[in-house]
Amino acid sequence: MTAAQAHRPGPGRPFDPAAAAAAATDRILHDTLHGTLRGVVVDSPPGAGKSTLVVRAARELAAAGRPLMVVAQTNAQVDDLVLRLAGKDPQLPVGRLHSSEPGSFDPALSALPSVRTSAKAADLAGMDIVVSTAAKWAYTKVDEPWRHAIVDEAYQMRSDALLSVAGLFERALFVGDPGQLDPFSVVGAEQWAGLAYDPSSSAVATLLAHNPGLPQHRLPVSWRLPASAAPLVSRAFYPYTPFRSGTGHGDRRLAFGVPGDGSGVDRVLDEAAESGWGLLELPARRTPRTDPEAVRTVARVVRRLLDRGGATTGEAGPDAAEAPAPAPLTAGGIAVGTAHRDQAAAVRAALAELGVTGVAVDTANRLQGREFEVTVVLHPLSGRPDATAFHLETGRLCVLASRHRHACIVVCRAGVADLLDEHPSTEPVRLGVAVKFPDGWEAHHAVLAHLAEHRVAWRP
Amino acid sequence: MPLIDTLARMEAVAAGRAQPRCTVRHRHLSQRPLVLVPLTTAGEAGAPLGALVGTDREKPALLAVPQPRDRDLRFAFLAELAEEVLPYLDGFADAVGWEERKETDPETGKKVPVQVELCADAPQVIVPSGGGVEYVRLLGRSMRFRRTAEQEPDAPHPAPPHVPLLGRWLTHLGERSRVPGSALLLSMTDLLTRHWASGQSALEDQHLGALLAWIDPPPGRTGQEAAAYAESARGADGQLRCPPAGPATDPAFDNRLLAPATARYDAGLPGAEEALRTLLESQLRPAWDAVWHGIDLLRELPEGARVADRWKRDRWSYTAHRDRVRAGEPPQPRRDDAVTAAQKLAARESAQAQLDAQEALDDPLVMAGRRLAGEAFSGTVTAVEMAFSEGRRPMPRPLVTVRTDDRPQLSAGVRLHRPLPDGRTQTAEFVAFEEGDQGAPVVRLTGGMGRGKTPEPGSVPEPPDPVCWTLFEHSPRGGPELPDPEDTPWTHGGPPPAPGAPHDAPDPVTTEDFL
Repeated sequence: MTAAQAHRPGPGRPFDPAAAAAAATDRILHDTLHGTLRGVVVDSPPGAGKSTLVVRAARELAAAGRPLMVVAQTNAQVDDLVLRLAGKDPQLPVGRLHSSEPGSFDPALSALPSVRTSAKAADLAGMDIVVSTAAKWAYTKVDEPWRHAIVDEAYQMRSDALLSVAGLFERALFVGDPGQLDPFSVVGAEQWAGLAYDPSSSAVATLLAHNPGLPQHRLPVSWRLPASAAPLVSRAFYPYTPFRSGTGHGDRRLAFGVPGDGSGVDRVLDEAAESGWGLLELPARRTPRTDPEAVRTVARVVRRLLDRGGATTGEAGPDAAEAPAPAPLTAGGIAVGTAHRDQAAAVRAALAELGVTGVAVDTANRLQGREFEVTVVLHPLSGRPDATAFHLETGRLCVLASRHRHACIVVCRAGVADLLDEHPSTEPVRLGVAVKFPDGWEAHHAVLAHLAEHRVAWRP
Repeated sequence: MPLIDTLARMEAVAAGRAQPRCTVRHRHLSQRPLVLVPLTTAGEAGAPLGALVGTDREKPALLAVPQPRDRDLRFAFLAELAEEVLPYLDGFADAVGWEERKETDPETGKKVPVQVELCADAPQVIVPSGGGVEYVRLLGRSMRFRRTAEQEPDAPHPAPPHVPLLGRWLTHLGERSRVPGSALLLSMTDLLTRHWASGQSALEDQHLGALLAWIDPPPGRTGQEAAAYAESARGADGQLRCPPAGPATDPAFDNRLLAPATARYDAGLPGAEEALRTLLESQLRPAWDAVWHGIDLLRELPEGARVADRWKRDRWSYTAHRDRVRAGEPPQPRRDDAVTAAQKLAARESAQAQLDAQEALDDPLVMAGRRLAGEAFSGTVTAVEMAFSEGRRPMPRPLVTVRTDDRPQLSAGVRLHRPLPDGRTQTAEFVAFEEGDQGAPVVRLTGGMGRGKTPEPGSVPEPPDPVCWTLFEHSPRGGPELPDPEDTPWTHGGPPPAPGAPHDAPDPVTTEDFL
């Protein structure tokens, strides 16, 4: 039986996520190492092992004697990749190209023996792998282009950023998540809408418009999302490219040492522990963005998660003999996601008042690519009088709803469904622009309908 | 919408009058602007109906197209428009100064200073509303590829002389107006909404008459009443008392007045053309007067300190286009190539960042909005502690404690910026709140103190100096260099086709064109 056949679920043969993922990875690596085309595109749903794939592809290319450059979008992503590469193979010579400003890279990199850091590309000549951000690569000049490149988070890269680095390499593997936030511009770019090289569109959109024949792969299994979340996220945000969770129902558990006190906050925690989702619904009201009541409620949810002695139990490893032990849920395993920066700042202040530290509180843009045990989300439309394109953006909701390994708790004012019905999408349709499915309006309704089954109404 | 603007709008509703958003004027206003009020024909894209144009508010030139479906009349209109507008646009081309600029020497590849011309002033065209800017762009696009009899003697339907040239200029103005903070082509509604907050929605603000009614209501009326009157009051004949400022006309005007007048013209009745011109003037004149009214209001505001700096960029833009026209370059292409599009986007993004910063630095009211949004804080210095950086050559890194009532979005290591009296910018980073007190941030100065071991005098604030730190940069730098268009990479379709290549040719005529 070949690898391709092995993962096909059939009668009497259950879906084997590990085999399906391995088969997809093999095909991707084959195209990358032996393909004749200049590019390979990999679509990855949330938590499908994108970073693992990048690290593996980079190591295999390096092992085949083909030095390569890696382009990521943020310094945090670059540092994370370098640490992962060094973790897999401490002997592998890796260069970290960074900006000349102090503090532009993780000091932990300096301790790695085979990693060299420099602000000049020339200092890193001869390294097997050189990793940097797209912004830094754009200022780099090379005499001869690299034969290979890996572009990570390519759907979050803007077309004009790719334009300024594409001359540096001959061929590339583009990896990214099409469901996350699209790149944006603070000034209007409508005049180029519909052009294949619209500078404000994503790098992958431009690449595929000009090179329609490139192989496109997709990773079929999300290892992050639990069995309770994968079907909803897949259906709401990836309707035409479904994926599954790597774990089954009951493989992961969230439990609390302290029983609930009957308040809405505790009831929603219990609901989330049971089902993986919780919606804490506050009374309908139009509020400013930093709705003090909702912000305080978010902070209290986090406080109770910690106070009630939350413990998470992960799935058993492939060859673990005994059942995995529960691990206490710590502040580092919790994230709060918001739509706006001022909301994040308000939640941080509210958490500080409750004496909670170490919880990641950020906007969807900055939580992209990160993973937590439990997430608490302030719904983007909570308390709003209108639903703008910003708040309806599919990617924003997708990021917020797909960061967790165990449970996601959404805090929201009642009445969002009515708000959605009052504000159908009215974005102009432009010639030549690929219509993106699903639209945010539809996705919001899908998520809302699911959350309604896990609703706890509460008046603080 | 930023919180302070929401507040200003609510205050405007309560006061029945628009509230100022600025204490200074943030756009350059020319001493001699050209005002253009265009009207378009309903149901026919790009068919001008008429225009008032000129630099003298008492004597506008009235241009009219008695039958907009007649293409010869349209061309005649455009030729007249060129006669009115081109002398104004050209009028700034010859008064030049000299500027030093670094250019790459083609032989050595080194950057060498060269003296280049910079026009001392530049034209400024003002239209009533955002729709007017779009219309200027549309006219530019429809004219710049026309060929005159001189260029192509054998082609049928040659364009009148100067029409293609006007198209190129209007295209340039339209393109420049997309750069944030530019002032070669402005709409009055944009200018007014930048400086005042009315008590109506942003969409309603696009009606120049209603917007002016909020800003300068007639005596004895509130902004609400005056705006409602301007928007919808109709006379006994069913016509709007305050016609819209174009380019679209009111349907009641089209149906009841314009259509019969055009029919009389078509029938060749004597005096029909004159009657039509009078009719169009009755629609155009209120908008013309409104634009000048807006100019008067804006002239009362003093100009912001950094406005001249931005106007200089407009002068560069004007000079560069003048040079392209003089060098006989072809008109702007139909579409930007990949590199040009990316360059324009990058330039506009840095212009936007620069505009946001400069407006805040020029205007305490704008800065107040940034402070309210947590992007800046102002206060007084309460303590300064001298400290030095570690390393081989210790540099001064004083710690400054500020007492502030603002609530900036600070986290450890956030970069801060502050203007120094000499125009330079001092950088710093946020360290911590003193004893956890949100009103007492401590910042570490990291620059603007000279190169010595001791800070230059006056470069370190002292108690009780007032300071205003911003979380945003004051002169954000532009993006990286992009490849030359002929080096466009494979990901973006490779180099663009040469001008005149098959790709550039008009679409082939198919049988469906004659359905």
